[in-house]
Amino acid sequence: MTDQKEMETASHHIVSPVVYVVIFLALLVGTAVTVGASYINLGVFNPIIALAIACVKATLVVLFFMHVKYSSKLTKLTVFCGVFTFLTLIGMTLADYISRAWGAW
Amino acid sequence: MSDSTALAHEAPEHGHEAHPAYLRHHFENVEQQADAAGFAMWLFLLTEVMFFGGLFTAYLIYRNWYYPAFVAASHQLSIPLGGFNTLLLITSSFTMAMGVWCAETRRKSGLVLCLVLTLILGLGFLGVKTVEYGEKIEKHHVPGFHYSIDSFTHPDLNNSATAKDKPLALDMARHTEVYFSLYFAMTGMHALHMIIGIGILGFMIYRAQAGAYTNGHVTFVENFGLYWHFVDIVWIFLFPLLYLISRHS
Amino acid sequence: MSSTIVNIPDPSTARLPRVSFLNKENGLLSWLLTGDHKRIAILYLISITFFFFIGGSLAGLIRLELLTPQSDLMATDTYNKVFTMHGVVMIFLFLVPSVPATLGNFLIPLMIGAKDLALPKINLLSWYLYMAGGIMVIYTMATGGVDTGWTFTTPLSTHYVNTNVLTTGLAVFVAGFSSIFTGLNFIVTIHKMRCPGMTWFRMPLFVWAHYAASILMVLGTPVLAIAIVLVALERTIGIGIFDPTKGGDPLLFQHLFWFYSHPAVYIMILPGMGVISETISTFSRKRVFGYTAVAFSSVAIAVFGFFVWAHHMFIMGISNYSMLVFSLLTMLVAVPSAIKIFNWAFTLYKGSITFETPMLYTFGFMGLFTIGGLTGVFLGTSGTDIHLTETYFIVAHFHFVMVGGMLMAFLAGIHFWWPKMTGRMYPEKISQLAAVVTFIGFNLTFFPQFILGVLGMPRRYAAYPPEFQILNVFSTAGATILGVGYLLPILYLTWSLKYGAIAGDNPWQATGLEWQIQSPPLTENFPVTPIMDHEAYDYEWLDKQKEVTIVG
Repeated sequence: MTDQKEMETASHHIVSPVVYVVIFLALLVGTAVTVGASYINLGVFNPIIALAIACVKATLVVLFFMHVKYSSKLTKLTVFCGVFTFLTLIGMTLADYISRAWGAW
Repeated sequence: MSDSTALAHEAPEHGHEAHPAYLRHHFENVEQQADAAGFAMWLFLLTEVMFFGGLFTAYLIYRNWYYPAFVAASHQLSIPLGGFNTLLLITSSFTMAMGVWCAETRRKSGLVLCLVLTLILGLGFLGVKTVEYGEKIEKHHVPGFHYSIDSFTHPDLNNSATAKDKPLALDMARHTEVYFSLYFAMTGMHALHMIIGIGILGFMIYRAQAGAYTNGHVTFVENFGLYWHFVDIVWIFLFPLLYLISRHS
Repeated sequence: MSSTIVNIPDPSTARLPRVSFLNKENGLLSWLLTGDHKRIAILYLISITFFFFIGGSLAGLIRLELLTPQSDLMATDTYNKVFTMHGVVMIFLFLVPSVPATLGNFLIPLMIGAKDLALPKINLLSWYLYMAGGIMVIYTMATGGVDTGWTFTTPLSTHYVNTNVLTTGLAVFVAGFSSIFTGLNFIVTIHKMRCPGMTWFRMPLFVWAHYAASILMVLGTPVLAIAIVLVALERTIGIGIFDPTKGGDPLLFQHLFWFYSHPAVYIMILPGMGVISETISTFSRKRVFGYTAVAFSSVAIAVFGFFVWAHHMFIMGISNYSMLVFSLLTMLVAVPSAIKIFNWAFTLYKGSITFETPMLYTFGFMGLFTIGGLTGVFLGTSGTDIHLTETYFIVAHFHFVMVGGMLMAFLAGIHFWWPKMTGRMYPEKISQLAAVVTFIGFNLTFFPQFILGVLGMPRRYAAYPPEFQILNVFSTAGATILGVGYLLPILYLTWSLKYGAIAGDNPWQATGLEWQIQSPPLTENFPVTPIMDHEAYDYEWLDKQKEVTIVG
């Protein structure tokens, strides 16, 4: 077994399997919570909680499984640009649909 | 293939240490090459985010417009099957991340094991999907010529998922076809990406066995890992949006 | 003192370099399997020119039909197919790849001191995807065409036509991936492969423009892809999210379509603006005024360009609040383009201006793009747009910016870098004549269309009220002249390959790393990795390199 530290170069941080196990367990917990929450009547908060949990799970995958937490600023900026454009598409399109119900003026 | 080959290197020695075999000649060094490849993969994932973005936009609009139809239609999906699939994919993400670690730490057999596990989990996911799609076909919930709204105008009172459902009015019942259009478009597109990923995994297992990724050249495994995690993230959103719309009365 | 800045070696003793990327390897396969960005650029140049002439022929058919008020040259259904294919070919197979895939591919590594793009195999794949898309479009035309307009509006395209929507959609999907991979390649290259000393703010503005366009290609094109996939699913297996009978909204397609297609117009124009920055500096012998402003305005156009798409949908049924917001944002997106025009104008001020062919096209661009852009403001104002939309005003607007703007910039770039790509100069007098002919032909073709639009002539109609005929006749006459203007470069540029004067390294005495190496360049571009130790457009630095012709 070669020493993990020797494998690392200056730019290439190797994430430890312990981190992966912790994140994996967190994802499993999140899945259980989101299923459970859907059986409870929380009114308007049901979709909000479901999406919030999904966002947290996705963030964990991005930061740790995809190594973004240990990546360069450029990588983080790239991820941000993707999310921003995605939200622009959804947000501005939905704004049109929602505002149609508001009538003429 | 006419590649850009430099006639004169600046460095006087051209030995193996200064120049691994897999370094392409338009790069100065392996760090630059790996950096560029990783960045390119992230940019490709951005295109995938925007590709699925259109589908999520459509979903959010129609869920807003036809909420009762979406609730009733989502009760036709099986939470045990969907939840199990979610567990399969999350686990496959874990095994893929471990595979990348094995490649980085030059553990060849560990890498092969992780890739094989990821492949099996992915196949399992597709198997469950096939069962689910089969159910939809049986119940005439595939949009198009054979679509039937009977399940929504006369909900099945024996089934626990739909026991408490009220029958939908005719026009709202027709809108369940929009839900299933989105269901098949989104899960179908996701499954297509899984199939492509599984194909590449097969190729990678073969190459990993030959030691191609445990000699320091981990780029391919790392970047495939990014792709696989992305496919997992899409499912992380699809699961609550499609399966868990409202399971309370 | 001289009235031209052209400085080429003595014709009696000049020779082309013994080794260059053109003769490094021979044989068809060495071209079809190349990874060399310069060879791929040439492959693109040939194929793009081919598709341009197909699109141009379709334009000729349109103008012929519109000579008379009746639809007498062809059936109205056929006319629908002709203008649809004209749009599809010109936009997806010509304008989108024109400057990036030819000049961008050729020049970006040279301009930043790299040996190639970051992903040469992906670059080659881009070309094959482009060819596949192009061949599919030709197949579509041969098997009956498609008549929905290049905008594929639903539910017409999903439910009410029996024409080749699927094959055209697939062709556009494939060509779209060509565009995505090109943009992806550029972004990685510009970030990761600049030579030592080449900071972001020392790069030529041509590179900045392509960087901005590449961001749009990567983030915008996939949304077009999903829109096409959904139309295909609806046409084939009945997955209906645009189908009103199932509760779907046809307008959703337009949202997805224009989310790409508006940034697409910036994908088309930004690289052309990059060319203009280079030519205007070289032929004024002056650094571009306000480098930082021009650089940032390129990125600003890319960013703001994502927020304005619904101005193509003002009359389609979006809410009044959306109209308000998108109209306001459209005013905002005009600002960075205007900043560029001002900066280029100030570059000219107190410069030593000469009128070689690239500069003639550049002046044409400045005037015609400004007119086209200003008419865009009328269209962005929702009140006037209600009257002007779907009329010839729109047709004139986008032809002014795309043909008067982008195509002129493309021709400026081709002429400017022709000596670098081929080692030969083209004949100056006939090229200047072609530029002038193009300018005259263009104005005669498209200016009457503004008037037609205001008078109310609808677009996409084969027949029109007889009182509009005289303006249509002017337009067709102009189109004929324009056709001559575009044919001439094909002839003399091809002629120049064998008989043109040897150009030497730097016939324009321009700054920029690409002009400091041989013409045509070596396969590996630079024998030794260059070190960038001066600012962009540094004519004093150039002066120190060798004696430079002083211009009156």
